[in-house]
Amino acid sequence: MIPGGPPPASHALVLAALLFVLGLSALLARRNLLFMLLAIEIMLNAAGLAFVAAGAAHGQADGQVMFFFILTMAGVEVAVGLALVLRLSRALPELDADQAARLKD
Amino acid sequence: MTALFYAAAGIAVAATALAITSPQAVHALLYLVVSLLAVAAVFVSLGAPFAAAVQVIVYAGAIMVLFVFVVILLNPGRDDAARERRWQSGLAWLGPALLALVLGVEVLFALAAGPEPAAAAAAAVGPRETASTLLGPYLLGVEIASLLLLSGMLGTLHLGRRTGRGGPA
Amino acid sequence: MIELAALMPAVPLLGAVLLGLAGRRMTSGAARAVGVGSAVLAALTACAAAAAFVLSPPPGGATTAVVASWWRAGDLAPAFGLRLDGLAVAMSVVVTVVGALIHLFAAEFMAGEERISRFFAWMNLFLASMLVLVLASDLVVLYLGWEGVGLCSYLLIGFWHRDAANARAARKAFLVTRIGDAAMALGLIVLFVHLGTLEIAPLLEKASAVWSPGAVPAVVAAALLLAGAAGKSAQFPLHTWLPDAMAGPTPVSALIHAATMVTAGVYLVARMAPLFLLAPPVMLAVAVAGALTLLLGAAAALAQNDIKRTLAYSTMSQVGLMFLALGVGAWAAAIAHLATHAVFKALLFLSAGAVTSSLEGHEHDLRRMGGLRGDLPLVFAAFTAGAAALAGLPLITSGFYSKEAILSGAWGAERAGAWWWAAAMLGATLTSLYAFRLVFLVFAGERRTPVARRPGAAMAVPLAVLGALALTVGLLEIPRWMGGRPLISELLSTALPAPPPHQDHPGRESLLALAAAAAALAGPAIAAILWGPGRRRERALGAPAGAGAHRWIDAAASGFGFDALYARALGRPGASLVAALRRDPVDEGIEGMARAVETIHRLLRRTQTGRLRWYAAGVAAGSALLLALVLL
Repeated sequence: MIPGGPPPASHALVLAALLFVLGLSALLARRNLLFMLLAIEIMLNAAGLAFVAAGAAHGQADGQVMFFFILTMAGVEVAVGLALVLRLSRALPELDADQAARLKD
Repeated sequence: MTALFYAAAGIAVAATALAITSPQAVHALLYLVVSLLAVAAVFVSLGAPFAAAVQVIVYAGAIMVLFVFVVILLNPGRDDAARERRWQSGLAWLGPALLALVLGVEVLFALAAGPEPAAAAAAAVGPRETASTLLGPYLLGVEIASLLLLSGMLGTLHLGRRTGRGGPA
Repeated sequence: MIELAALMPAVPLLGAVLLGLAGRRMTSGAARAVGVGSAVLAALTACAAAAAFVLSPPPGGATTAVVASWWRAGDLAPAFGLRLDGLAVAMSVVVTVVGALIHLFAAEFMAGEERISRFFAWMNLFLASMLVLVLASDLVVLYLGWEGVGLCSYLLIGFWHRDAANARAARKAFLVTRIGDAAMALGLIVLFVHLGTLEIAPLLEKASAVWSPGAVPAVVAAALLLAGAAGKSAQFPLHTWLPDAMAGPTPVSALIHAATMVTAGVYLVARMAPLFLLAPPVMLAVAVAGALTLLLGAAAALAQNDIKRTLAYSTMSQVGLMFLALGVGAWAAAIAHLATHAVFKALLFLSAGAVTSSLEGHEHDLRRMGGLRGDLPLVFAAFTAGAAALAGLPLITSGFYSKEAILSGAWGAERAGAWWWAAAMLGATLTSLYAFRLVFLVFAGERRTPVARRPGAAMAVPLAVLGALALTVGLLEIPRWMGGRPLISELLSTALPAPPPHQDHPGRESLLALAAAAAALAGPAIAAILWGPGRRRERALGAPAGAGAHRWIDAAASGFGFDALYARALGRPGASLVAALRRDPVDEGIEGMARAVETIHRLLRRTQTGRLRWYAAGVAAGSALLLALVLL
């Protein structure tokens, strides 16, 4: 095992917050749908990290359980989201989210 | 363990930052894989080895492979990278960064104001414990998750169906 | 006896239902037989009831019976109750006898009418409603009859509704009387709130026990009832509908707008006399309204050129005289005059109807009549008898006795007796004048419009009977100082409050009677000079009037411009109010809410841009805001 005591769970939570914020800013800033999906993955992963950290802080397994659920959800989301991206790529070769607004009309 | 945590945390943040700014989709994916592996290391340092294993297999493995396949199918070239760069020029990041910053500061404040246990050292939770919780009190959740996977599969199948006009996939 | 009373309204009601349901399948003759038959049956029933009442007076002077309960709402549970007392007996006999004769007249007068079954259905319904009104022991039931006669009045004025003017006249009558009816309904509510019952006899007892003279609720209730009575009886200021009501067939004018319905107001005031005695200001208002209507109507009648409008104004004026009598407390005199007036005014109207239906083109204009004495001797005799009774020619006519009673009652009023007497005298003189103006214009002079046909038996019989009655009914009311017995007053004595005590002074009474006789005789004398044979008659009122006088004549001919005044003071503001309310202000508020929602919807729809990143930004900003709220 690697030496040193376990890290404070609060630091892990801060890390989760940082990753989430990075993902969120990417989601808002990038216009390519593929990158937006990536950003969502980052945010989901950050949320999972927060659950695991909180579970560890309390010494309970519920945090990891929630992480597995998030994982499942992320998998489904990616599958459907990427299928949609493939489908949209015909109408929007640039995958520009802002241009996708014209699908409204 | 603390050292591993900080090292992995640094790698995760850096890799994520590179991933979200990269104009090339493939580069971004690879950075993201690094970031995900680093988070897996963080899981290990927090005493959640099973979560770390799942993170590596499902996230860094399966999900990212899915992304890679899609990128291969879309086959972005130089033009696309240039466009990505153009889209990121100027003040494109200013608004999102500010909004994200506000939210992050608020979350940090919330963490600082939170109850004591959060500040305590992380306690290891083994795979056995996790498994018995997952298949014990959360059994219904597992069933719902399986249902979600099934519906996701059906949805993907439907979206990927070859249409009469000759769909893409 | 009370069974007869219940039978009275039931018979014409049955006739109305029969005619209404099966009238279309009846021949004209069958419809007429049913219509007239039910009226005659009702008259016979009424006479039988009256005879029974007079021969064996019930204890206390009244008998009451509940036929059926009606409805119940809280403490208010009006019952179909009948009350037979002197007043009800007198009224029901007048209504049914005059009504039956008019029905008989109408059977010939309306013979050629296509919708004759409908006409008789409504006439019978009117008779039933009027009897309900007169016999009701409960004010709610009375109100039912009250509205029933109003409805029939409306329907019958507009009977020839294919002419828009007739429909307009019907609507006007309905609306103007409705003002009074609404006030009366309010009056009933006031009475019920304060006294807890609307049954007439207990209500009046309770009112006298609870309220002292001049009590505010008594004054308010009496004033509202007076408004209702004024509307129904065409008294100032709600009198404008009556002249236009002549648009209806002449028998209708005779029955409803002369003999019976318009006197319902007089009946109401007399019926509620104890209440009115508790409200001295309202009593004064009754007398003032009566005096004003008496003089206005008489003056207007003098200037009319239409024979029926003349009689309409005359009716208004005579009912005004009755109100004047009520106002000065001469209750019995008012009802006696009501009875005699019903007879002679019905006679006048029927004679006028006989005249117009005899003339070519149904001529109504007095200026184109004349010289009919030789052609229509019976009508001439009947009309002259009616005019004499209207004028109150002394001793030989019924009008003299009832009018003399009113004049003496006015003189004996508690306050300002001489003034009331002077007003009544002036009215009587004018009345006598226009009555004989009609006689001279129609029957004297040269013939102007040829006679097309002569009245048949069904017209002649009512004219003869009514003519005889007009001359003789007064014998039932010969005052004591003349050595007779005022039978009508005696019949009414148990039902009406005693008149103000005034010392029976034979000397003064005979002086007053002489004055009344002089007033009555002045009419024919002046009329003979102005419109007698051989006089210029181009102008309605005659040549002697100067230019200044003609202005007055024109004003009188138009009823002193009340129609124009009301149109300006009420009609136009009403019309502009309606125009303002066309877009309902209350709706504006509700529609405003809808518009606000629509505006918000449009604003919110702007946010649905379809721009994914804006949505994400919105979600993020929202969570930032919520988190900030939780933290702060």
